[in-house]
Formats: sequence, C-alpha cells, structure tokens
Amino acid sequence: MYSASDLRKGLKVQLDGEPYIVTDFDFSKPGKGQALYRTKMRNMITGNQFTQTYRSNDKFEKPDLEERTMQFLYSQGDEFHFMDTSSYDQISLTRDQMGDNINFLMDNMEVQVLFFGGERPIDITLPIFVNLVVTRADPWVKGDTSGTDTKPVTVETGYKLQVPPFVEEGDTIQIDTRSGSYMTRVKE
Amino acid sequence: MLTPRGLQQRSHLLQAVRSFFFSRSYLEVDTPIRLPVIIPEAEIIPIQSEDWFLQTSPELCMKRLLARGCSQLFQICHCFRRGERGRLHQQEFTMLEWYRTGWSYVELMHECEEMVRAVTAQLAAEEDAQADISIHRAGKEISFASPWQRMTVQDAFQCYGGMSAGEAVGKGVFDQILVESIEPNLGWQRPVFLYDYPIGLASLARQKDDNPEVAERFELYIGGVELANGFSELTDPEVQRQRFAREIGRAGDGDTQQSMPEKFLQALADLPDCAGIALGLDRLLMILVGAQNIADVLPFSESDL
Repeated sequence: MYSASDLRKGLKVQLDGEPYIVTDFDFSKPGKGQALYRTKMRNMITGNQFTQTYRSNDKFEKPDLEERTMQFLYSQGDEFHFMDTSSYDQISLTRDQMGDNINFLMDNMEVQVLFFGGERPIDITLPIFVNLVVTRADPWVKGDTSGTDTKPVTVETGYKLQVPPFVEEGDTIQIDTRSGSYMTRVKE
Repeated sequence: MLTPRGLQQRSHLLQAVRSFFFSRSYLEVDTPIRLPVIIPEAEIIPIQSEDWFLQTSPELCMKRLLARGCSQLFQICHCFRRGERGRLHQQEFTMLEWYRTGWSYVELMHECEEMVRAVTAQLAAEEDAQADISIHRAGKEISFASPWQRMTVQDAFQCYGGMSAGEAVGKGVFDQILVESIEPNLGWQRPVFLYDYPIGLASLARQKDDNPEVAERFELYIGGVELANGFSELTDPEVQRQRFAREIGRAGDGDTQQSMPEKFLQALADLPDCAGIALGLDRLLMILVGAQNIADVLPFSESDL
C-alpha cells in the first residue's frame, strides 16, 4: 500500500481496479492546516485524466504491473504482434496503445511490454536510442530562407524529423525515442 | 540550489531583516532547536532526534523568554516538519519569528508590512524606503505601496469559496477550499492580509473580544503565496491547556504521541499581552527574486544533499 505522502510525479497506483500514473503533483498545506496532496492522474489503460486532492490518511493499492522483454514480430492492420523471447507467448497491442512508438518500431526489435494483472498488455517502452536508415533527404541549400541550420529527412519507418545538413540519403542515424529527435550520425 | 549571486541575495536578505529589527530595538535570540516537548499540533508532524524533537517552530521558547521579562524579540532559525515537501515546502526551512508585548495583531500586521517593504527596498537598493516598490510574479506587477489590502477570512470565503467559512469548517473542507479556490486569488495587486480565522482553527491565538467565533489571527499572502502567520497571543494557561489537549486528541494512529508542554503552560501565567508572527524567509526570498520553487532559494535543498 502507498500512503498519500508517497505520492509524486510518475508514481503508479491502483484506483477502482485500474492502474493510474501520477502526471502532476503538488503538496499544499495552509498555515496550521491539513496537508493536501493535489494530483493529476492518468488511467494507464484508457488514457483518461482527472485531478484529485488527497489527504494524509488516504491509502492506495499498488497496481500489479510487470514488464517483460518481447520481440516485435509484425503488424497486421491496426494490430501489432509481439513474442516473449523466453516463453514464446504471443500478444498484440492496438495502434492506439502503440501511440508514437510506431515511428521507431522495426522488425525483430526488442521492447519492454508492460502487463497489468499478469496478462493484460497495456503499454510498451522502446529502447531509448534506435538506429534508422534515412530513406529520403533533400540536398541542403545554404542560405535557405527558413533560417535554420537543419533540414527535414524521412527514415525507413516513414517518420520525418529535422537533422543537420550533412546527413544524406542512405546514412544511418541515431534517434532518441523519448523525444523523437536526432542524436548523431552512425558510422557504418 | 543557489548560485554565488543567489547566495549573496540571501545574505543581503538576512542582513536587511536584522537591520530592520535592530533599528527598532528588538533583541535577537537563538533558542534551542532540539527540544524535549514541542507544540502539540495535530497537523504538524515533528522529526525526532533521539527521544527529543527538532523544533517545528521556536514559539514555546520565545514566549517563555517574554514571560521572563523580554519585551521585543526576534529570531531567525531553522524549523523542521516531517513530510512537508513541495513547491513551497521543505522539511527543513528558515523561519523569521518575532514578538512584541503590549501589541495586538493589528499593530503587528502593520509592522509586518513595514518590515517586508523595508527589506524589499533594501534589496532593491532603493534609497528611500518610502518610495513605491513593486515585484513581478507570473507576468503580473504586484505593488508593495502602503496600505496593503486587508480582508477577513469570512469575506474571502464568500468572495472566492462559494460558502461561508463556518460552513466550510463544518463540512471539513476549510483547508481544501482555502488552498484550491482562495489562495490562488490572493495578493496579485498588492499583498493582502487575511484575518480573523474561525476559533476552532486557532491553537495559540487569542479569541476576539467582540466575536467569540473568531481568533485574532492573520496570514500574509503575496502573489498567491502564503508568507506569514501572526496573532494576538493567547495568555490564559487554562484555555491553552484545553486547546493543546484537543490537538493531542486529534493526532491520528501512527502519529508521534505528543505530551503537554508543562513548563510552557507554567510560564504562560506570566506572559503579558503580546502579539507574535512567523514568516517563511525562504518564501520571502522566492517572492523577491521571482523563484517558482523553494529549492531554488536554498543553499542546499533536500535533493541537493
């Protein structure tokens, strides 16, 4: 069990049988008054958010969450299929559940799948850095009116991002999956 | 964590506060921070030090010095409250507390206003402390020109809270309404003193003579931030004992069991009429330098250690 004083940004708790994550948190205490724990919670399954103020004596169940390493197999329509590399169990996630992760997902990629209640997959975490091949890059024209020292490219997953002008078609680049931004060019 | 420049501002603040009080013949005291008995307050959890406690406030010791014959005292000290961590809270923080005999909360509110104005002016290196001073917070300009606004708790609840203060106390939502609906609106044009709190919420404040429903207590707000809490001090040992007993009784399961501060109650019989106030110095520095988080105005916050 967690108590209200454990609440902080990023803490996962169970409310009404569903897992929630604290997305915003503030501690307040008027002079001589009660401690108030003001939170914004996001349902980890539906994505619904709500705000709630808790008191010192409020208690929270720990949600049954477990991460397993799984390999991406293939996608079919809106379904993304993964396999547990030790038990060979297969599961699928919907496009909604995948969110922006599809921008960086490659065949055979190993990801962390989050399970709620033992068997319900609800989220995935990609490796922080992935290497992807640039499939389309326009030549950079110095003095470009946009006034920035970057240019747009497309990588093999279809994701578009801004990179430095020296990146060319066929290069492999490293991308931070948390921000979706360019990190470095990878030497072959 | 403060930069060398920030540390300098903090040092200037301490210096300015001290000069203000010395210029008014206050005596600076440094009472023990580790105590065998502390103020019993159900909502404030102490940090233990062996079988004693780190002070949650210097109030008991300072009032005992007043009872011993001192008339004007101030202290700058660290106080400790377990579990208080947030944008405006650290478990260890710096308190400025001062007392004056022969005064009520009315005179003290006025002096608090003068103190903050003088200190602000000195930090702004203004030559004339009477000149209009202002600070900026969240894109708004807050004028420190006198007189500052004064508003009763009752009016604040009617104005922003959607119910009377008494009703809020009865429903157990006084603190929540205060924090969520009232405080964010306070002190954006000028600093504001909220005053006359429901008597049930006063532990050490005197009951108002012409209204038994309220205590002579006030709080100062600037830009939505609560800065100070002051009151006309309760000097009746019997009433004080009953209030402490109520606080001790309200402590929840698992809370540290508090005992009755007997030596303080004994001294209370000799306490002359007086008024006292506690002001969060870290928060004042936040206001003056435009910081959003208390951790930004400390030499070391808890997470820096």
